Amino acid sequence: MGLSVKQKHLLRVILSWFAGIIMFFPIFWVVLTSFKTELQAISVPPLLFFEPTLENFILVQERSDYFTYAINSVITSFGATLLALLIAVPGAYAMAFWPSRFTKDILLWMLSTKMLPAVGVLMPIYLLVQKAGLLDTRTALVIIFAMINLPIIVWMLFSYFKEVPREILESARMDGATTIEEITRVLLPLTKGGILSTALLSIVLCWNEAFWSINLTASDAGTLTALVASYSSPEGLFWAKLSAVSTLACAPIVVFGWFCQKQLVQGLTFGAVK
Amino acid sequence: MNSRTISLLQAPSIVLLFLWMVIPLSMTIYFSTIRFNLLYPERTGFIGLSNYEFFITDPGFVSAVINTLVLVLSVLVVTVVLGLALAVLVNFSFRGRGIVRVLLISPFFIMPTVNALLWKNMFMNPVYGLFSVIFSFFGLEPLDWLANFPLGSIVIMLSWQWTPFAFLIFMTSLQSQNPEHLEAAELDGANAWQKFRHMTVPHLNRSIAVVIMIQTIFHLSIFAEIFVTTGGGPGFSSTNMAFLIFSQALLQFDAGVASAGGVFAIILANIVAIFLIRLVGKTLVV
Repeated sequence: MGLSVKQKHLLRVILSWFAGIIMFFPIFWVVLTSFKTELQAISVPPLLFFEPTLENFILVQERSDYFTYAINSVITSFGATLLALLIAVPGAYAMAFWPSRFTKDILLWMLSTKMLPAVGVLMPIYLLVQKAGLLDTRTALVIIFAMINLPIIVWMLFSYFKEVPREILESARMDGATTIEEITRVLLPLTKGGILSTALLSIVLCWNEAFWSINLTASDAGTLTALVASYSSPEGLFWAKLSAVSTLACAPIVVFGWFCQKQLVQGLTFGAVK
Repeated sequence: MNSRTISLLQAPSIVLLFLWMVIPLSMTIYFSTIRFNLLYPERTGFIGLSNYEFFITDPGFVSAVINTLVLVLSVLVVTVVLGLALAVLVNFSFRGRGIVRVLLISPFFIMPTVNALLWKNMFMNPVYGLFSVIFSFFGLEPLDWLANFPLGSIVIMLSWQWTPFAFLIFMTSLQSQNPEHLEAAELDGANAWQKFRHMTVPHLNRSIAVVIMIQTIFHLSIFAEIFVTTGGGPGFSSTNMAFLIFSQALLQFDAGVASAGGVFAIILANIVAIFLIRLVGKTLVV
């Protein structure tokens, strides 16, 4: 075909933007709908221009205090990620630098535990949490989220740690560093990017976790996923309110993701996927 | 370093994960052999394999197994192909590349419940949904997506959410591909397809393995999307394993049968896991 280099470039730019806009459109549409009245939300043809209203956000806030749920989401996703990192770092360190002949099998076994469908153990976990008096507490969610993400975190950290040359750690040891110093002063600073992107992924997964937060929490420890689910039950056309609550629930993590995407990409580049 | 320290460092993660797996699992197996209906707490006792028999003979069982596998496979194919295409497409420098990247990644951060509800209402609603509006505009008969293509609709929702993940991983991986090698191939007369097939795809081997592994883990137990959209229907046409067990446990209050279902789900997951680990496991841990 007779396209010049410049035309080809332009075509590719247009295609890229087109793809980006198509992928993003549903999100844009939800945010737009959240500023409509219920009648405008279901109008045919759909309205692109209208007088925006904040009514939906006010109604959502009146019905259920958004900030309680938002704080629960923040505490559980950051808390669980921190807890999982604390458990995973020493383990991944040992596996990466002192592998035994079982290390590969252990890692694959860990990943395979993630394949157990949560619903298969709903009853036992519910009863255990109830016995421990932890129903509808953030503690329960932090522990469960940490355990759910532990396999992926161990595996990602393992692949980052493996990139660090052994000699650097060995020379630190020669200088008399203890194991803990070796990890905190040498290994962690060297793998900062990888650890950060692991943490980011874990935070996103916790924030969006729906199964356990819906089944184990009520008003006290409910996270934003539980809040959204509570708006899905009544059948009917409350799209504007649903959009408002969805916007409120997703905005923090989407914005967080935008700010961190460079970090995420950098972290992934030298570790797990290279 | 002595081997005791090494074991001690690994112990927390291994022991905790083991307990997290084994305690609920043994309870599930125990529950699956007793009478345990939340509506009739007075009925108790060991009943052997009846719960299993009841679960297997459930009219939804066979379709649940098939739907689970179809769901995982179709989403994998769509996301890997689309993610790869998008990653290759935007892998060049142009103004606004950062913004396009953000636009492409964003759906991954959306909650599954929100994802499902927004597609169900604003796109797939047979009267007011955007798809219907577009169809009518072109003079076509609007479709009731969730009623006519329940499983396909869920595949659309999941693919929208997970294509960005595949894209993110592939894009990162492409950036580490040495452009000089590609140029050398070009000088040797390789065309775009040959370069892609024989250089880019092998380079992406490991990231394809990562994408397949992580997505399979998540899609085997898809629940929220089905729960808020089709409710498993019409009939059992969009019921997967996770949802079938859920409906036994929470809609029919039969914890015994639900536990037997849980055991089946775990067996199914393990079969898939064995295949997967054979297929991609080796590239993952070296």
